[in-house]
Amino acid sequence: MEPLFSTKNLKLLKEPLNDNNPITVQVLGICSALAITVQLKPSIVMALSVLVVLAISNVVISLLRKMIPPRIRIIVQLVVIAAMVILVDEVLQAYAYDVSKQLSVFVGLIITNCIIMGRLEAFAMANKPWPAFLDGIGNAAGYGVILIIVAFFRELLGSGTIYGLQVIPDSFYEAGYANNGLMILPPMALVVVGLIIWIQRGKNQKLIEEN
Amino acid sequence: MKILRNYIDKIKPKFEKGGKYHMFFSTFEAFETFLFVPDTVTKTGSHIRDNMDMKRTMAIVVVATIPALLFGMWNTGYQHFLSIGESPEFWATFFFGFLKVLPIIVVAYVVGLGVEFIFAQMRGHEVNEGFLVSGMLIPLIVPADVPLWMVAVATIFAVVIGKEVFGGTGMNILNPALTTRAFLFFAYPTMMSGDKVWIPGLLKGEGIVDGFSGATVLGQAAQNVSEFTNGVGEKIGGWEMFFGNIPGSIGETSTLAILLGAVILIYTGVASWKIMFSVFAGGAVMGLILNAFAVNEFMALPYWQHLLLGGFAFGAVFMATDPVSGTQTEKGKWIYGFLIGFLAILIRVLNPAYPEGVMLAILLMNVFAPLIDHYVIEGNVRRRMKRMKLTA
Repeated sequence: MEPLFSTKNLKLLKEPLNDNNPITVQVLGICSALAITVQLKPSIVMALSVLVVLAISNVVISLLRKMIPPRIRIIVQLVVIAAMVILVDEVLQAYAYDVSKQLSVFVGLIITNCIIMGRLEAFAMANKPWPAFLDGIGNAAGYGVILIIVAFFRELLGSGTIYGLQVIPDSFYEAGYANNGLMILPPMALVVVGLIIWIQRGKNQKLIEEN
Repeated sequence: MKILRNYIDKIKPKFEKGGKYHMFFSTFEAFETFLFVPDTVTKTGSHIRDNMDMKRTMAIVVVATIPALLFGMWNTGYQHFLSIGESPEFWATFFFGFLKVLPIIVVAYVVGLGVEFIFAQMRGHEVNEGFLVSGMLIPLIVPADVPLWMVAVATIFAVVIGKEVFGGTGMNILNPALTTRAFLFFAYPTMMSGDKVWIPGLLKGEGIVDGFSGATVLGQAAQNVSEFTNGVGEKIGGWEMFFGNIPGSIGETSTLAILLGAVILIYTGVASWKIMFSVFAGGAVMGLILNAFAVNEFMALPYWQHLLLGGFAFGAVFMATDPVSGTQTEKGKWIYGFLIGFLAILIRVLNPAYPEGVMLAILLMNVFAPLIDHYVIEGNVRRRMKRMKLTA
């Protein structure tokens, strides 16, 4: 019996944060990253929702992995994800109604988030529940970190606020400063993600491709 | 001159390999070649070189923009004094505009070249001259009253995202000057559109003549009026549109001054007349189509007036002909230019939220330019393969 946090298991947690980040390296889940990162609050809620959905579905699929007939495995995975997403959606509507309104269809669209399907198919189907749980947490965190970084800059530069609180003083606006309207538009999210990828590849030697 | 040369030769070893300031070599090299013709000699391959290196090409484009720039300065002053009900003599008018426009030029150049130098330094290659033209074009396509810090931010964005991420001068897919304008347009719409921004002082609103309106002709056309007037109610006809004493971005109003620049560009062979001609042709065709189906006043605007208004002529002459972001093949140039003109008028008339359709049309076609080139080349290959099979 190997220890709960062996190096191999820790790697599952750490790798998706940098070397194998779902957004910046695998370029998955871009759609929601563009759509909901206008402000910090919905991004954090989205990151947490994906964390819950991914961690639990990974564990469930991992428990069922020997019972699922290979030919219908995708449908089984989708049923599990959909059940989790509906649960999360109901909780959000009950306890965080305005954020749930803001996220609108994007909570439901977690079902189609490629990161989740990808992890279930690539990892949970072949591993034990505990590593699958860690893998789920790690990948969702990697996704969430990028979401929060993008949302931080978009909210700061696009609306002059952070988590809904005004941080750019009124004297700036009086002196002629103006919020950047482009930051609120989805194309700028793509540019910000691109800049993060640029900086990450500049720092991380492992990601530099040979050609 | 001799003293300068001696001084440069004296400090040169410090910047060369092993020297104290080797890390600043690219900056040093940029200044040296800026001051003197480079003395590097080709050692292998072709020994025949055209005298027209990139610096000279760029210099000619800058010269070609001068008529539009000078006219823009005068017009900036003219519109301002019209708005406060004065009519000073020619030089006072020009000087007011000169003082308004000069800071924008300085900011665009200092910021843009600064970013270029930093990147050249970081990557250890020479500084390219590409920005010499962009820095001149940026002031010509913004309103005279634009805040300078916005110009600076937009220039940084355009040089970094529009050019350096793709590998610097010659690698960019989008025209950097237009990227600057697109950034300004979407980021700070209140300072880039509407009827207050085109005339200096109108936003502050001090001492403005009663009932003065700063709406551009296109702004008025989008309201479906058929008779255009300038700020004080005088009629704007075809001649005013051609001459350019109407509100608008600094360098874009005068079709006459732009055509002077076009003559310089075509005569020296720096820009492609095919692109310019086909942009105008495309615009005229779309204008005629809209005229045929005219259901409102804007669609009924005579097609030839479309070619004189807004940034159409400026875009056709200085933006669409950018050799880097445009098409390279001769047949491709016709297609590329035609579609720019066609789409520009389409966006302008049918989407009143974006009166500046020219900018969007050129940026869109910049993206499609490599595709057009690809199919032109493929078509050529296929035709020749067919001919080869026939003879074999």
